[in-house]
Amino acid sequence: MWIYLKRILKSGWLNFKRSQVLSVITVFVMFLTISLLTFIFIFKGASDFLLYSLEKKIDVSVYFKEGVSEEEILKTKDLLLEIQGVKIINYVSPAEALAKFKERYKDDDLIAKALEEAGDNPFLASLNITASQVLDYESIAKLLGESRFEGLVSNVDYFQRKPVIEKFFSLKNSLEKTGLVAALILAMIAFSITFVTIRLAIYSSSEEIGIMRLVGASNWFIQGQFIVQGIICGSLAILIALLVFSALSYLLSSRLVDLTGGFNLFNYFLGNFFNILALQVLTGAGLGIISSLVAVRKYLEK
Amino acid sequence: MIKFQGVNKIYPANNFHPEPTEALKDISFEIKEKEFVLIAGRSGAGKTTLIKLLIGEEKPTKGRIFFNFEDDQGITRNLEVNKLKRKDLPELRRHIGVVFQDYKLLPRKTVFENVAYALEVVGAQDPQIKNEVPKALRIVGLEERSNHFPSELSGGEKQRVAIARALIHRPDLIIADEPTGNLDPYHTWDIIKLLLKINELGETVILATHDQDIINNLEKRVISLEDGKLIKDEKKGKYII
Repeated sequence: MWIYLKRILKSGWLNFKRSQVLSVITVFVMFLTISLLTFIFIFKGASDFLLYSLEKKIDVSVYFKEGVSEEEILKTKDLLLEIQGVKIINYVSPAEALAKFKERYKDDDLIAKALEEAGDNPFLASLNITASQVLDYESIAKLLGESRFEGLVSNVDYFQRKPVIEKFFSLKNSLEKTGLVAALILAMIAFSITFVTIRLAIYSSSEEIGIMRLVGASNWFIQGQFIVQGIICGSLAILIALLVFSALSYLLSSRLVDLTGGFNLFNYFLGNFFNILALQVLTGAGLGIISSLVAVRKYLEK
Repeated sequence: MIKFQGVNKIYPANNFHPEPTEALKDISFEIKEKEFVLIAGRSGAGKTTLIKLLIGEEKPTKGRIFFNFEDDQGITRNLEVNKLKRKDLPELRRHIGVVFQDYKLLPRKTVFENVAYALEVVGAQDPQIKNEVPKALRIVGLEERSNHFPSELSGGEKQRVAIARALIHRPDLIIADEPTGNLDPYHTWDIIKLLLKINELGETVILATHDQDIINNLEKRVISLEDGKLIKDEKKGKYII
């Protein structure tokens, strides 16, 4: 058994080495497929990061009436946390709100003067709420509109922010859906091109396959060497793709951090290295093996 | 060793032949071990079809084909070739060495590798391959060309490689289908002498040819085919077509 395996490996390697043009074309097409899938993977990571960053900036604030105690506000916070979809609630006391405001407008003399004239702290205590979906924000607004909160809540800014919130979530949903469909279509096209390339490469060996059969080689002995050849092409394509993406992610990382507001491409690449490698191995080796098997089988059955 | 019993082969109609073609009609004969048999006939007489049936590349429409040989354990086996399944064909072919008019060499393998391939598929050990391939190449006079690729050889040399590959695994039978069809007279006799030498060493040889000189000079058994029919089977035959 071992001797057959050794011969299959050797024949696969020699076929790869001696069919230079075909091997280069196959490696190149497989490299393109693997690169495309890797790009889709990284692009998804970047778009998730961007959407998450934007999502974090979308929130509603509940302003409490003057004189409502901190204890009552925190009780309301606990009640709100029970609503499904509520992600984060931050309590902002009037003092904190004032401090933040002062910090933001520290260079604006006009505002500083206006604050001085106002005398007391004009800010109300508030809760900043972040949720997962538009409907969650609606549930929050609905709950706070109930009569039991009448004495506590001064204002919920959901209705002012509603159009922006709805637009963001609709954009997010359509991006996710179209992104998935586009990724699937691109992946299918890439798969088909690689599949056809490998089949064409094996088509050129159809006569050889016939000769091997006439000499008495078993089907798996013949198939084996073409599978090995496919695996070698796939592995080489993976290696090149890894090198290219490592270099590109390293070189483009700092520019992308500025462009996306913090997405570090190189860190993302390193952090997901094994996922990316698994995706590439599955694509490269999988495509190499399956298309070789299908193509050789066709000529073995002739 | 070989027995054809009432064999017919009809190829169905296709784009080139609107009517079904009857390539072989009621063929019956026997070949004994160590015989040298010539299958003679014009192009299209049915010689190649007969060989294809014997190596299991085609199935007869009617009739039976038997092939008798000793397996690796030394047990005599009688295969009914027409009943073999695809997966059983490699075993049959390992007991037959075939030489074709168009050589059928593997273009991406060297002369050495082409000959060694016939041993590799039967699971021969590496030392045996290293020992026997040069011997076979010496017999066909190509020891010096062992590292060349088929594209670097002449027609006669290619055919000698094909013969070395056919005999390397010591098959029970060697079939040569028009092996000299692409060669000049000098190389033709080179190849025929080789086949005679192989026969003298104890191999059964079937040589399909339409070459009058070869048939008349060899004085061997001749099975003559015409339009798919066996018209003559003589012990020391002559060209009659």
